[in-house]
Formats: sequence, C-alpha cells, structure tokens
Amino acid sequence: MTDATAEAVHGHSGGHGHQDPIHAANPFLAHHFDTPRQQFEAGKFGIWLFLVTEILFFSGLFCAYTIYRTLDPDVFEWGHYFLDTKLGAVNTSVLILSSLTAAWAVRNAQLQQHRALIINIVITLLCASTFMVVKYTEYSHKFHAGLLPGKYFQPTEEAWEMPSYEKKNGPPPEGFLDGKPEGIEKAEKLITRGHPYKFDPPPHAARFFGIYFCMTGLHGIHVLVGMGIWIWMLVKGVKRQFGPNYFGPVDYAALYWHLVDLIWIYLFPLLYLID
Amino acid sequence: MAHDEKSAHDPHHDELAHPMPVSMLIGVWAVLMFFTVLTVWAAQQGLGSQTSFIVAMIIATIKAGLVMSIFMHLWWDKRMNLFTFLGSFLFVMLFIGMALTDKSEYNHDIISKMESDSAQAQTSTGAPTMPSTK
Repeated sequence: MTDATAEAVHGHSGGHGHQDPIHAANPFLAHHFDTPRQQFEAGKFGIWLFLVTEILFFSGLFCAYTIYRTLDPDVFEWGHYFLDTKLGAVNTSVLILSSLTAAWAVRNAQLQQHRALIINIVITLLCASTFMVVKYTEYSHKFHAGLLPGKYFQPTEEAWEMPSYEKKNGPPPEGFLDGKPEGIEKAEKLITRGHPYKFDPPPHAARFFGIYFCMTGLHGIHVLVGMGIWIWMLVKGVKRQFGPNYFGPVDYAALYWHLVDLIWIYLFPLLYLID
Repeated sequence: MAHDEKSAHDPHHDELAHPMPVSMLIGVWAVLMFFTVLTVWAAQQGLGSQTSFIVAMIIATIKAGLVMSIFMHLWWDKRMNLFTFLGSFLFVMLFIGMALTDKSEYNHDIISKMESDSAQAQTSTGAPTMPSTK
C-alpha cells in the first residue's frame, strides 16, 4: 500500500516527523498514514466493515420478523391496520430526500463548496428531525391506544378511532363504540361480510407490536445517532476543514446514513404495506 | 494493493475525489421517489398477500440496489468493499434460511402460556399453578 513518493519522503530514517511535504500540505493527514489516499481507503474499508456489522445486527430482527410472520400471518395482516400508510410514506420520502442531500454533501466536500456543504447538511438534519417527529406522533398514538408489546398490549377504544384504521375500514357503525345493542348488531353483520369490525385481536396479536417497536425503535436510534454525526460534520464544515484530499468523514457519515435509509426502505413495505 | 482497476472509467485516476454529477444524484432521487409511490400504489391493488409481498420486496430491492450502487458509490468503489458488503447478505440469508428450516419445531405458544399464567396469578388469590412440563 506504500506510495512510492511517500516512501522516498517518509523513508525509514525520519520516523514520524511532521516535516515531510505531504504531511505539511495536509493538516488532517494522521501521522501513521503516508498519503491522503492511504488514509481515505483505510477509513473507507473500516466504515464498510462497520456497515457489515450493522447489517448483521439488524438481521436478527429481520429473522424474528420472518419467522413470526410465517408462523402467524394473520397477526401481521391484522396489526398493520393500525399503522398509517400515509405517515410511513412521508417518512420514506423524507429519508430518501436526506439521502440525496447526504450524497450531495459528499460532492460539496470534495469540491470545497463550503456554503453548499453546510446547506446540504442542514437539510439532511431537518429531514432527520422531521422523521423523528413523525415517528414520535405514531408512537404516541400507539401508546394512547394501548397498542404495545407483550403484557402491555391492552387496546383501548382509541385504537378504533385511529385515522389509519378508519381510512382502511370506514367509520364503525353508529352506536357500536357506545356499546349500544343495535350498533353491535350492525358490526356483527359486517364481520360476517369480512369486515374486521369487532375488536377481537387474533392470538399473539401483541407480537406485531413487539416486532414493530423493536424494528422501528432500533432504526430510530440509528437516525438519532446519525443526527449527532451530521452535527459533528456540520461543525467541521463550518470550520472549512474539507477539501479534495480530506472529505473522508463526510463520505463515511453519508455511507452510514444511506444504510439507515436502506433499512427503512425494507421496513416500510414489511410493516406498513401488508396486504 | 493496487488501485488501478477501480478507476478505469476515470481519466483522473490519480485524484482521490470523484465528485458525482448533480444530475445523476437528482435522477436517482427521482427514480427512488417514483418507486416509493409505485410500492404504495401496488399495495392498494389487492393482489393477494403472497403476490403483493413479492412485488413489494422486488421494488424495495430495486431501490436498495440504486442506493447502494449510486448513492453509496459501490459501482465505482474498490471491489473489495463491494464483496465485503455483499458478503454480509450471504450470511444473513444463511441465518434466516437456517432459522426458517426448523420454525415448525418452535413451541410458539410458550409466551402466551406464560402470560395467561401470570394473569391467573394476578387475579386469583391462591398460589399460581405452574405449567406442567409434561
């Protein structure tokens, strides 16, 4: 991996001095690397190895999803009615937009477009915040409606009034929510015609929310961590530290960010778009 | 470790930075948005659970491929990074595949049994009955 020129300059005589021209010209070249390329490629391989561990990390949850969905398909079909497709689609779009600005930020860093770099990082951060606000709204609805994992799964009437549920099934028959006999009777008739108008969750229904909260929760934590990394990149960008020989950190941050997007690209259809 | 083969497409192969054209970035974004709309639309067509699952996964994989090859730059990156990353999917497939082969062996009522037992223990004042383990 040693570059010929660096070998000549660095040699074996000088030790780790910072006086050689390559290090003098590159203030962010760490002393244990000979050239910016060596530093960049080492870092790049490092971040790819990290992304591999991330894939394996998430694969545990995807495995749980696969097994529980094949064991109890009804649970997933029933549970997905409580997820709002519109909010899920908004979050997908927001993450895709932030992936665009993240990739664009790498270009800005390479070309030393300091102003554009800051703008793109700020847009990425705004998209991430929007994602988290939408996620918070979805979570708080589920908390209020008692749609929670395990023994905390105690759905209240609010679950019926969730807009996502109503949008897919229409409003419940009049008097049903008040427990009036005629309302219940109407609902019973609807059930026989295949409408899910009775709040009888299938056995193991809580599992859907266990898997939902674990998968989206772990993903949400990754979004929060990503926001922290982008703030760090913003600080470095404001200090104008990046250029054609030192853009690695933005590149690595963007790679991580794209991975978070990749995972959501699969989570969205797996949780929200069950038919 | 030679880095010649990676930049065969690029005359400036001695330069570290390969900025992506803005038109390409925006083009990929537009295609990703199109597929997002498509997957939402397809899910509402009532294709049946099996077909719609396969359609959704194909669309998601196309989107993932675009993000990986263009946004994550794997198309031009060193092949080492590509194989490292794709290698992880090989292990994921092994992991999930192996786990699926014996899914019928699971005692998948064990949690609900524990739940109903603990619910009984809460309601009844007497000692909770332990589940018999055969």
